[in-house]
Amino acid sequence: MRIEEHPILGEYKKGKKVKFSFDGKELEGFEGEPIAAALMASGVTTHRHTRKKGTPRGIFCAIGRCTDCVMVVDGEINVRTCITPLKEGMKVQTQYGLSADKEAEK
Amino acid sequence: MKRYDLIVIGAGPAGLSAAIEGAKAGMRTVVFDENEKPGGQLFKQIHKFFGSKEHKAKIRGINIGTELLDEAEKAGVEVNLSSTVIGIYPEKCISVNKGDHIENYRAESIIVATGAAERMIPFKGWDLPGVLGAGAAQTMMNLHGVMPGKKVVMVGTGNVGLVVSFQLLQAGCSVEALIDAAPRVGGYGVHASKVARTGVPFLLSHTVVEAKGKDHVESVVIAQVDEKFRTIPGTEKEIEADTICIAVGLNPMSQLVRMTGCEMQDAGGLVPVCNEYGETSIPGIFAAGDVSGIEEASSAMIEGHIAGLAAAKYTGWIDENEFIEAVKIRTSSLDKLRQGMFAPQNKGKKIENTDEGIPVSKSLLEKGYMDDEEMERYPGVVKKAGVHPVIECSQNIPCDPCQEACPFGCIKVGERITDLPAVVEDSTCRNCGACVAACPGQAIFLVNEDAEEKMGTVSLPYEFLPRPEVGDKGVALDRSGRVICDAEVVKIQNVGSFDRTAVLTMKVPKEYTSSARFFKKEVY
Repeated sequence: MRIEEHPILGEYKKGKKVKFSFDGKELEGFEGEPIAAALMASGVTTHRHTRKKGTPRGIFCAIGRCTDCVMVVDGEINVRTCITPLKEGMKVQTQYGLSADKEAEK
Repeated sequence: MKRYDLIVIGAGPAGLSAAIEGAKAGMRTVVFDENEKPGGQLFKQIHKFFGSKEHKAKIRGINIGTELLDEAEKAGVEVNLSSTVIGIYPEKCISVNKGDHIENYRAESIIVATGAAERMIPFKGWDLPGVLGAGAAQTMMNLHGVMPGKKVVMVGTGNVGLVVSFQLLQAGCSVEALIDAAPRVGGYGVHASKVARTGVPFLLSHTVVEAKGKDHVESVVIAQVDEKFRTIPGTEKEIEADTICIAVGLNPMSQLVRMTGCEMQDAGGLVPVCNEYGETSIPGIFAAGDVSGIEEASSAMIEGHIAGLAAAKYTGWIDENEFIEAVKIRTSSLDKLRQGMFAPQNKGKKIENTDEGIPVSKSLLEKGYMDDEEMERYPGVVKKAGVHPVIECSQNIPCDPCQEACPFGCIKVGERITDLPAVVEDSTCRNCGACVAACPGQAIFLVNEDAEEKMGTVSLPYEFLPRPEVGDKGVALDRSGRVICDAEVVKIQNVGSFDRTAVLTMKVPKEYTSSARFFKKEVY
């Protein structure tokens, strides 16, 4: 959920509103904010499933260190969504192991 | 290979301060940072800083960050962002990954200011989405304006856990509990108290057993621990929550500086062995800020300045005398911050009495707030006729904006900024609210025991939305967050100099003026 107004920060300075796709669904976010922020604001918290056990992972450190939040972005795997700025029309997919294909990993 | 006089790695408070000092001495200075934006963690720090005026006390971290960036720009510091230093060599060369290519740089001296990373504790389900670092939660809400969750359990009561809990409340989240395996609150008592009075329970000697949920945290199982930190069977409790924030300390990110082959030591994490100016065992290679030992951002900035000066002296940009003069000021400023109960030399020690010889508040350490009976022994807690400040500051921490805030001389800390503030006996409070807004610990209240025949008033710092209005009726909460009586807002002060800390005055029955410390609009 977005914080509409903050008692100390007031209103957040954001880029223009853009559309992007998440696993084929159309979502909205603000240009330049991390992909992870746009996803969290839309209630998406599972970014990937691990290769061996297939367990879900999400944002953990939010500063690009832990790599728990990696996803498939515009076809590229292992993109750290917490530090990758959102752009209009981006194709964001849940990562299963090392691909966006849920079945291929099994 | 590009050449500079000084390379600084890390554009946080320490690195920027070091670079400013280097550039001012005339050195061609370049800073590298792996992030997209400079400032390190400063732009997530929305609370007012502690210290004295020289440490930029009562200014919020974000504003200190902006000042620092301006200063760096004016000094002519070159900052390279999205530039990860991947190699460092004792010959003072570095390799920098700039995304699609690698560049090599060389300088006369290098200052490493790579900061620290959050520590984690493993438990069943700790890898579920919804379990995240307290710093991560801070990043999401304060930088990106997104709530990390609705119902949060905070693990860790150090200053990070306490400050982020308060910020979660400010962002509109609910903090279900603050837990810590230690038997005592680890951070400043004033930080704990401002969270406790809103009604957040503190559970000390408790640990997380399990994060439950299918694709996301749905609940948290916690349990009590014994003195050896073993969970006590049968004490498990399940708390409904969608988010678990971990704030169990920081680890210096010293991997890079270690690559130089400098001497290292274990001091709450591996850190380079440095002399008093931050120089490592390799001449010309310096470390400053959290990478050389975890402290506050205020100390990191001073360490940066000192390392910058030392680097300038090392390469002859300033002479010995200039160095000694400039460093003396910085060192004395740093010494002031390293005093009191929370000073590095007191880490892990159980302190029984304040420097003044007053027993410390047990309740504050065990529950996050002071009991009524403990209050009166502190020099800031007085009863007087008319409006007067009540300063609920009971620990020796390096902080003194209160004595400067009062234009009428009602508050005295004295020369030593760790001394407890006292209310000056013959002074007259004019009810201006400046001290209430200035106190970084939000520990000052203006109390009038006999405003009316049966009613008194309490003014308190208020940093939440929606902001109550004059005439609003609600309830008053005591220090523990318990509802104690009805209350009505009679005044709201929110002038520019208060920097978004509103001073809310509420009317309560006389007998509650010494215990009513928070206002909630909803009626129970």
